[in-house]
Amino acid sequence: MALLKYESQVRPALVDGDKSYHQITEDIVRPIETNPGKLWYVGFIISLALLGFGIFSITREVIYGTGQWNLNKTIGWGWDITNFVWWIGIGHAGTLISAILLLFRQGWRTGVNRAAEAMTIFAVICAGQFPIWHMGRVWLAFFVLPYPNTRGVLWPNFNSALLWDVFAISTYFTVSLLFWYCGLLPDLATIRDRAKLKWRKMFYGVASFGWSGSTKHWQRHEALSLVLAGLSTPLVLSVHTIVSFDFATSVVPGWHTTIFPPYFVAGAVFSGFAMVQSLLIITRKVLHLEEYITLEHIDVMNKIIVLTGSIVGCAYLTELFIAWYGQNKFEGWAFLQNRVNLTSPLGWSYYIMMGCNVISPQIFWFRKLRRNITVTFFMSVIVNIGMWFERFVIIVTSVYRDYLPSSWSTYYTPSVYELGFYLGTFGLFFTCYFLFAKFFPVIAVAEIKHILKKSGENYKEKMDEAEKETPEEFAHEFEHAH
Amino acid sequence: MAIKKFVVGCFDDEAVLFPAVKKVRSAGYKIHDIYTPMPIHGLDKAMGLRDTSLHTAGFIYGITGTTTALSGIGYVFTYDWPINFGGKPHFSLPAWIPITFELTVLFSAVGMVLTFCYLCQMAPFVKKHHFHPRATDDLFVMVIECTSKTNDAEVVGFLKSIGAIETKIENAETGWWLGRYDKDTQPFEQNETALA
Repeated sequence: MALLKYESQVRPALVDGDKSYHQITEDIVRPIETNPGKLWYVGFIISLALLGFGIFSITREVIYGTGQWNLNKTIGWGWDITNFVWWIGIGHAGTLISAILLLFRQGWRTGVNRAAEAMTIFAVICAGQFPIWHMGRVWLAFFVLPYPNTRGVLWPNFNSALLWDVFAISTYFTVSLLFWYCGLLPDLATIRDRAKLKWRKMFYGVASFGWSGSTKHWQRHEALSLVLAGLSTPLVLSVHTIVSFDFATSVVPGWHTTIFPPYFVAGAVFSGFAMVQSLLIITRKVLHLEEYITLEHIDVMNKIIVLTGSIVGCAYLTELFIAWYGQNKFEGWAFLQNRVNLTSPLGWSYYIMMGCNVISPQIFWFRKLRRNITVTFFMSVIVNIGMWFERFVIIVTSVYRDYLPSSWSTYYTPSVYELGFYLGTFGLFFTCYFLFAKFFPVIAVAEIKHILKKSGENYKEKMDEAEKETPEEFAHEFEHAH
Repeated sequence: MAIKKFVVGCFDDEAVLFPAVKKVRSAGYKIHDIYTPMPIHGLDKAMGLRDTSLHTAGFIYGITGTTTALSGIGYVFTYDWPINFGGKPHFSLPAWIPITFELTVLFSAVGMVLTFCYLCQMAPFVKKHHFHPRATDDLFVMVIECTSKTNDAEVVGFLKSIGAIETKIENAETGWWLGRYDKDTQPFEQNETALA
């Protein structure tokens, strides 16, 4: 079994404590089999209340139209599209963790992938709400789909970035959901086989599709995961690229920018990881999963945050440089007046964005701060505030003072229903997350078991002796393991 | 499906399981399956299972998606309802790439998952026989299929000698609901005396 010894002692353990396979099952399934604590109920009720407020706000919007929002003549896209891009960006971390890190064989992904994927799915659901309700006559939303219709056959415009978005987001949602659920099947079967209560046996029996753990099934499952990861990797990059095309293919100064696709993708990963941190720091504490989501995981994710934050910062500076160097008056106006100029009406938002996204994450160059849970949690919230402002800056400051000064809009603030809609998506997101944390394993049980003998703390200690063998012995054993 | 007789042996360590698989195979017993709580790399090879062709299926679904998107958009924009967008050509391939890509991924992913479920005969409400509840927790459950000539006690003893911590004999219907794919099992299905 040479493969089991393959991981170097230099790599830190990913599963702490003295664990066995059974102990892993116990630890991760426990929250599902016991009653949730008071905190869960409080959180769940708050989420439901927010969701209710969101539904109320949306109902008004459906009845009275988008006039319920403070959008105006030049600001046709305000909070709604800002929130859309923000949520969809958050929805990028899950698939990045599960797909790209799977291809790169990053063992640490196993501790966080399940929750991150779930978060992705919920975030995409929240994101989808905004363009759908923004349509105004939402009952005609299906007009965006190409199907032989009775409207003469009137097709959607396949050359439009907005239609690309429809395809990108629906595909992303579907594929993420499939990926997530396929990964869940073995774990749901684990819960089914332990279940004592009748309803639980039935529920997880149905949900696990009769998974048995057969070697042939595992072989196919591995092949499926790998190909889905291979498909999801370009997919996750394509989704935010296409979202950025919504802006980049327009001719609005401040939007018409070729740097947008990589810049949006980096920003998406940045905010997504921040949201993963916020959620997992609470989850690991409340569900007592500190031994599975270790400081090591938090440290690694903070490194990604500082990397992507710096990429985003680099993009901001490039934009400014090009706005000056390009010598286009309108582009210069959008960047140097509407944004950088602190005395312009919305100039402050640019500095919030810069401070939260570029400057503050730089503290993560220090290992001590990367491994500090309080600092990490605080920073993860700061980053998401910053990323929300990034989208606000891109969308609103580009359109509120454009070519014609007479149509410069009044100061834009959201109406209470616009705010309510946004809070409502928080309600939706957290309602889903609370249900997920109660009824599904928040950590991939089978995947943790898979890495236990390579990366478990107790097994790594035992490995010392084994690692003393000569490279020749090792190579010999490795060869015969196949 | 027919009810057959199986000898079940449970192992609790991969390091014991791998040599055991080898010994069982060289002793000439037929391994029906090994149920494990997590994927064990190399076990499929050790059992002599062939590689899965799921990737090929994924590729075929993928190019189906590509073709669907390109031919669909091409039909709409060059034949059914050509629209002049600022004098650009009706056949504007670069602008169709995003949707073509998305549909390739969508078809491939959905097709593969459905194929996976079909091949593994998995769906909601499917009831399967599970040989050991701990097969999804911490045991590696090796199931050996018996024929009319098999001496159960001998198999049980053999499994114990190669490291099984728990053994039992079970009559089970392993149940497929949509035909078979495994040719190996055919001789036993035809052999009436194999039934318990």
